[in-house]
Amino acid sequence: MGLARRIIPCLDVKGGRVVKGVNFVGLRDAGDPVEIARRYDEQGADEVTFLDIAATAEERDLILPIIEAVSAQVFIPLTVGGGVREAKDVRRLLNAGADKVSMNSAALLRPDLVSEAADFFGSQCIVVAIDARRTNDTPSGWRVFTHGGRRPADVDAIVWADEVARRGAGEILLTSMDRDGTREGFDLELTRRVADTVGIPLIASGGVGNLQHLCDGIIQGHADAVLAASIFHYGEYTIRQAKDCMAQQGIEVRL
Amino acid sequence: MTRIAIIDYGMGNLRSVERALTRVAPYADIVVTDQAHQLLAADRVVFPGQGALPDCMKRLEQRQLTGVVRRLMRDRPFLGICLGLQVLFDVSEEGDAPGLGILPGQVCRFADDSFDEKGTRLKIPHMGWNTVIPVADHQLWTGIPALARFYFVHSYYVREQQTEHCAAYTQYGTRFTSAVLSENVFAVQFHPEKSAENGLALLSNFVNWNP
Repeated sequence: MGLARRIIPCLDVKGGRVVKGVNFVGLRDAGDPVEIARRYDEQGADEVTFLDIAATAEERDLILPIIEAVSAQVFIPLTVGGGVREAKDVRRLLNAGADKVSMNSAALLRPDLVSEAADFFGSQCIVVAIDARRTNDTPSGWRVFTHGGRRPADVDAIVWADEVARRGAGEILLTSMDRDGTREGFDLELTRRVADTVGIPLIASGGVGNLQHLCDGIIQGHADAVLAASIFHYGEYTIRQAKDCMAQQGIEVRL
Repeated sequence: MTRIAIIDYGMGNLRSVERALTRVAPYADIVVTDQAHQLLAADRVVFPGQGALPDCMKRLEQRQLTGVVRRLMRDRPFLGICLGLQVLFDVSEEGDAPGLGILPGQVCRFADDSFDEKGTRLKIPHMGWNTVIPVADHQLWTGIPALARFYFVHSYYVREQQTEHCAAYTQYGTRFTSAVLSENVFAVQFHPEKSAENGLALLSNFVNWNP
């Protein structure tokens, strides 16, 4: 009995409520963050991730009381991402009760932020989120994108993953922007390339439409953890069903 | 009223530990402090921690807490969490730093590019839910099922055979010490405050433990 592969439900938070975007457009309200986090904990979620998709700084502060409330009631790891620009944002979120903080565009803008945050707060709480798309103009065939997958960044996705791992990130959250919201499953080739390149844990994200997709992400994609939102939010599947499905295929899970 | 002090030396997510203790001991007086007199007034003490061991030792010394911590470990129930386990040992590979030397042994780093028996690459940090196997029955494991999983996140570990005080072990490529017990000092490599109901049960057992 060794380390279990993890299932992580992701809650997109905006204005104090949980929403889930389809390619980040056309948001639907899916409810209260504390209630949802508690329900996932009861179902056996291994962690919960909150992604703050607030547009303004004022709106962004609304996530802090949410994190405080959740961490007082839900005793599993909480990751928070979205709008992290500098070290003091990391501190604010950790102080509110986040266990890990995820950074994306700010790390691309200033890669030293990853090294500085890892040195100061410890690698264990620094997650770098990478949004990637297939392209034919980078060596690996995947490029990093920002702004919800609309704007190309000047870096190859595999090269960037390797760099953030070397800079001390404790984990990578990899989202295929080609698959996000499609329900067609992870980009398994991309997932496997990154998982096999880096020595730190990898969370696969983007495109989960059924339970087999989660299993594929681990068996074929070599991911250490799988993240999904909509298949859990609307009650289609429970975390427990997902774990049963994984266990049946020989994946070690926490039941 | 039981007084529980959480040692604040400027590292780690202390709020999580405080919130989890509040859940299992709602009537206890729980303080997060770096003040020697408050620590010495507590009935039981928790030493949480994340990050690097050299920083931890440095910050304890800056706050003049090294002697206080040693004293607390001698005479009252003491719980170390994560770095709070590693700091008990002689020395760590992490920056070749000395620990408190309460227990003999060395803290090592997980080897890069190693694989388990199934050929799966072992990522560092060791992050997630792994099985904790107690070496003997003890009050601290009451109500926790056999082969229970707890949440880990760490890159350094204490080898199982290095300590006669090993209270539980866990497999990650190698077998390492996931809990130690020496008289009134109990320490765990995992995070009970983040380990759902099993973690809360362990914290509750600690709060009720009278070694």
